[in-house]
Amino acid sequence: MSTIYILWLRQIKRFSRSGIRIVMGFVQPLVYMLALGYGLNSVFRLSGRGSYIQFIVPGIIVQTIMFSSMFWGANIIWDKQFGFLKETLVAPVSRMKVMLGNVLGGATISLIQGIILFGVSLILGFRPYNWTYVPLAIVFMSMLCLAIISFSAGIGAVVNDMQAFVAVNNFLLIPLFFLSSALFPLDSVPTAMKVIAYINPISYAVYSLHTTLINQSHFGLLTDFTVLLGTLIALMSFGSYRFSKIQA
Amino acid sequence: MEPIISVKNVSKKFGDFTAVDGVNFEVQQGEIFAFLGPNGAGKSTTIKMLTTLLKPTSGELKLAGHDVTKDQDATRKVFGIVFQDASLDDELTAFENMQLHAVLYGVPRKEVNARIEELLKLVDLWERKKSIVKTFSGGMKRRLEIARGLLHHPKVMFLDEPTLGLDAQTRNLLWNYIKELNQKEKMTIFFTTHYLGEAEAVAQRIAMIDHGKIVASGTTEELKQQTGTNNLEEAYLKLTGTQVRDETLDSTAGNRERFRSIMKNRQR
Repeated sequence: MSTIYILWLRQIKRFSRSGIRIVMGFVQPLVYMLALGYGLNSVFRLSGRGSYIQFIVPGIIVQTIMFSSMFWGANIIWDKQFGFLKETLVAPVSRMKVMLGNVLGGATISLIQGIILFGVSLILGFRPYNWTYVPLAIVFMSMLCLAIISFSAGIGAVVNDMQAFVAVNNFLLIPLFFLSSALFPLDSVPTAMKVIAYINPISYAVYSLHTTLINQSHFGLLTDFTVLLGTLIALMSFGSYRFSKIQA
Repeated sequence: MEPIISVKNVSKKFGDFTAVDGVNFEVQQGEIFAFLGPNGAGKSTTIKMLTTLLKPTSGELKLAGHDVTKDQDATRKVFGIVFQDASLDDELTAFENMQLHAVLYGVPRKEVNARIEELLKLVDLWERKKSIVKTFSGGMKRRLEIARGLLHHPKVMFLDEPTLGLDAQTRNLLWNYIKELNQKEKMTIFFTTHYLGEAEAVAQRIAMIDHGKIVASGTTEELKQQTGTNNLEEAYLKLTGTQVRDETLDSTAGNRERFRSIMKNRQR
């Protein structure tokens, strides 16, 4: 337990000392929210679907979590390059615990960023339909954080240089985000795109937030939960397997 | 008595390059053992294999009776290590780095603060304990690294060029501290160094490695007799030659070379 705690604490300390990075992390989602939310609001309203800001906030929260979680794996690569990873790899504790401490730390940071963005969206006019469901939304957000952080820890364990890591991330993130239910309702898109979005687990994360924050259910929370849990288990297994295989 | 470190026929290949080539040696419990050799001879690769960071291509490594390759978790409970290159967290303070190590390496909770204070004072960093490591000079980082390595008291301590870049005063202090640990706690010390005087003064037994093979081993006296020389430095130069070596050829460098040659062939 104390191993996991001290490694979690290390992540939190490093994050809290990196002021500029915290602020920069919000620039991109804010631009999306302002440009798309306000820019497309009137068009969206004309087609009779209500407020686009209401619709897009859950998707932007998912995006913030996705991007910050995926790039968190860069920490593993830094730790390799600055040598700190060796210090943890030869420690007399199981690698599973080392991995868990790192992943929980990363997931906490991503979750904080997701929640801060939710707070910012309130200032911009977003209103959850029922505050009692907000804690449930946070549970779904946490699952997404843990799943993607585990995945990016696995990628960080395999890849050794930063450029390759960034390339892999962009290759995965852009299609996962744009080909999901984050930015537009899927009922009026071509079937092929709909199929892709339904295979994409990110869609279910978005749907779970649609249900809990703006009361627009698609498959129902149970389906969302099952898909997210399955994804979480698969990605965590991948992450811890790759992490246990690191050689220095 | 069973040796605490035993290395049998161990080889490590990175692609076509053989870094360690059929190495055999043993270290007894409580010994101070020096592992000497030129740059790129295979010292660090051997230490990485002994400390579970690399898997050998073939051969058997044992630490306190545990098979290093198969039983990694048990092996990791036996040793401590000071790495040749940096392994601190630059964005934490000196004290936080020490604390993190104490928790990871299971230093008894009651002793943690007293030991951190003792060691940070030893390496003259107590005044700077609240500074972020990023702000430290190279020498300060090195001192912190060694202090951190000595925080827990394992059965076997690996020190990979621990005193590189330190002044004579600090080196002297550190060796006295390490010798005391060796005597008080029967801690086995396995170290590498390029300061041959240091090895001659401290080590009870020495092995020399070159081109991945052990070229000689024994006490300083034995090595001098074998080579007919007057001191360890002369013996060392006689055994390993006077030619200057390339820096460590590691796996990535090997891959890079191979990639370059493939690209060259393509262009033709």
